[in-house]
Amino acid sequence: MSERAQLLLSLADDELIVGWRDSEWTGIAPTLEEDVAFSSIAQNEIGHARALYELAAVELGSDPDALAFDRAPAEYRCAPLVELHLMDWAHTIARRYLYEEADRVRTTALMQSDDAELAGLAAKIDREEVYHRMHAEMWAARLRDEPRFKAAVEELWPYALGILEPALRPELARLVGLSVDAAQTHERGTHTPELAELLTVMTEVRRSEPGAQW
Amino acid sequence: MSVFEVFRQERKGQPFAHAGSIVAPDATFADAWAREQYGRRGESVALWLVPRDAIHQVTEWADEFDLKYRRVDGYSIKARLKEARERAGTTPSVAG
Repeated sequence: MSERAQLLLSLADDELIVGWRDSEWTGIAPTLEEDVAFSSIAQNEIGHARALYELAAVELGSDPDALAFDRAPAEYRCAPLVELHLMDWAHTIARRYLYEEADRVRTTALMQSDDAELAGLAAKIDREEVYHRMHAEMWAARLRDEPRFKAAVEELWPYALGILEPALRPELARLVGLSVDAAQTHERGTHTPELAELLTVMTEVRRSEPGAQW
Repeated sequence: MSVFEVFRQERKGQPFAHAGSIVAPDATFADAWAREQYGRRGESVALWLVPRDAIHQVTEWADEFDLKYRRVDGYSIKARLKEARERAGTTPSVAG
């Protein structure tokens, strides 16, 4: 697989899986308004995944649905951070915040890419991410002195580093005020047991009628 | 938590109309939440978020002397319009 296809799948898989995990809060978020906002952000992330899978599908001679739903768990290229099943609001906001900051660093780099198609898509995605960052930052500011939130950020930090290639990690550390510790990083390419469980649920309907035109 | 009344503008130049409200801890949260509730389907070009406490409501008017000529329902324009049309010899192109 080309490096470009690998990159596109890493980006798409991160966005799909984080969107899917965040969508688990639909109907059970702490307030109605937050429920709508959080679900909407989750949908946006899945929309970004769709656009990235479309580019990857051209590169691989496949189609976006097949890439999203028909691969084996080991073939997914998402980082372990997005796979974690966190049914706790402090951890969920900590992940949202760390993911958005990492995604900001990554997207900013992609917007400078020589790959015009990818740079253009990154710029388009970034215009929507402005509101995701606003949402994540307002929550992080509100929970900053809450011990459960601080503990969750520290716990997830080694996972957050795994979103980025090593050269971009110091910038993320600067943004969130933490330090890079390479030894602890949960790297992309390894998976948590939660991923296989997620994929079983996510692909359940699609697997029920293989090859169907939906 | 406090209540923010939300007014939305559908197109540039149009008046803002009351759309509903948002319960939020502060203006930052109200901004983020109202965006999603009242704007994510492209139904608004702008929103006004007004703390409910800032609204000064007026509901009562004294009308002790029955000065109904001041009210729009005190003056029937329909009959006078009909008379004027008859005098001018014109009839309306559509009924009413």
